[in-house]
Amino acid sequence: MLSLLGVGILLAGLVARRNPLLVVTAAALVAGLAGGIAPLRLLAAFGKAFNDARYISIAFLILPVIGLLERSGLQVEARAAVARLRALTVGRLLLAYFALRQLTSALGLLSLGGQATMVRPLIAPMAEGVAESRLGPGDPARAALIRAHAAAVDNIGAFFGEDIFVALGSVLLIQAVLQQNHIAAAPLRIAFWAVPTALVAFAVHALRLMWLDRILEGEARGR
Amino acid sequence: MIGVGVAYAVAGALFAAVAVFTAADSAHPRRWRNAGFWGLLAVSFLFGDRLGDLGNGVLVLGLVLIGGIGGLGLSRPPTTSGPEREALAARFGARLFLPVLLVPLTTLAGSFAFKAIKVGGQPLVDPAQATVISLALGVVLALIAAMAMLRPPPAAPIHEARRLLDSVGWAAILPQLLAALGAVFALAGVGRAVGALMGPWLPLEVRFAVVAAYGIGMMLFTLVMGNAFAALPVMVAALGAPLLIGRFGGDAAAIGALGMLCGYCGTLMTPMAAHNIVPAALLNLSPGAVIRVQAPTAVIVLLANLALMEALAFRRVPF
Repeated sequence: MLSLLGVGILLAGLVARRNPLLVVTAAALVAGLAGGIAPLRLLAAFGKAFNDARYISIAFLILPVIGLLERSGLQVEARAAVARLRALTVGRLLLAYFALRQLTSALGLLSLGGQATMVRPLIAPMAEGVAESRLGPGDPARAALIRAHAAAVDNIGAFFGEDIFVALGSVLLIQAVLQQNHIAAAPLRIAFWAVPTALVAFAVHALRLMWLDRILEGEARGR
Repeated sequence: MIGVGVAYAVAGALFAAVAVFTAADSAHPRRWRNAGFWGLLAVSFLFGDRLGDLGNGVLVLGLVLIGGIGGLGLSRPPTTSGPEREALAARFGARLFLPVLLVPLTTLAGSFAFKAIKVGGQPLVDPAQATVISLALGVVLALIAAMAMLRPPPAAPIHEARRLLDSVGWAAILPQLLAALGAVFALAGVGRAVGALMGPWLPLEVRFAVVAAYGIGMMLFTLVMGNAFAALPVMVAALGAPLLIGRFGGDAAAIGALGMLCGYCGTLMTPMAAHNIVPAALLNLSPGAVIRVQAPTAVIVLLANLALMEALAFRRVPF
């Protein structure tokens, strides 16, 4: 029961807006100590779990390539390329990337997209470029809304696509957690159960992107 | 057999180079702090498997203290100006996209091809890690292609990497740290404690009440913990395994998968998640701006998940 103190620390840290690194570490150490794990064994378990999770951070490898292309005008070129496409709207561009992101994630190709690999260098500047060429110059608030939507399609597409792929972390983690509770479940069946939610998420967010176009057009006319 | 260690070594070399360049940058506002942070991360990627568990634990504490107290600073490494970028873009045009596309193409090709390549009956590349290794290979190829095409100063990739890494800052290690938190919570028995705590408040004989408590609990725990991976062990041990699967006979695969997907709805709405912090930093937004856009979809999908679980997870599925 005392190990719940760890959850309390997370909650308090969230409310007090302390640095998440400190909050997460404090929560892990308090939960472990309160749960009766000896201090040195606890620190070792924490270190091992961090080391085992390094695959999560491998995505940062792409940054030198992105930076190198940015210093050579990648974002300038992306905006210009999109500005030439007249039929495209912000919503349709984001929908195209959203569909691609969800499909490739479902195939296990999570690293094809990503905030650092695709959104910052390509999708966000492209979406801003479309808005400028179709709707005329906008204020910083419009640009921020469009960039936030670009970040959102990447997250939503990845989250509700990845669980369909049998060999990715999430499905394997679900299997491992059920196993800890002495319940057997095949990865293929876990992946199957992610399909209905994936379809719902796609339909809901696609409608919202079409709606975003109407909002942006309404704003542009109202000015 | 080539293992994932190769990819970690490449990443470690990158972080090490960033640390050295930062230490040499006397104009950096937080020179030693940033150099120490990226240097420790380099040690983790280069030597993590040789440090021992306790050594890794001490290393994590070091990263957390440097990154968590006072935070990191932003470097201003040499880069090109706006007009220079316009000129370079005009010169290279659409060819600038080629190196970016090389990374996913190599990842895709390698993920499938490496599984087929065998040397002396043994796979050349660890099949379980083929995607991560292919990604590292793709980045190296893209870097070589970009250097050959653009001919920038030789140090430019490192300077650009540190410009971008500094803009992500301490949030770079948050996802890894949250995965470690989930492991410690499982070890400490947090899940059983949550179940015991919720028991008296829930009408345990009403199936939909337990379904809703499990799904919404996943969402709330993920909101607090910043990661569904850390929340799932807690809620499965609390309600999923003993009640939904045990008492009501729910399909284990369905309960596990839909629980995780309820958690993802929480990830979309929490300022604790690196998924929201990193893009906000990269796109010069507040994390709240990304969350506000994601929240309506997240709430609707959560409700759909509860309905799907109630309607489908307790039937016999014909496969």
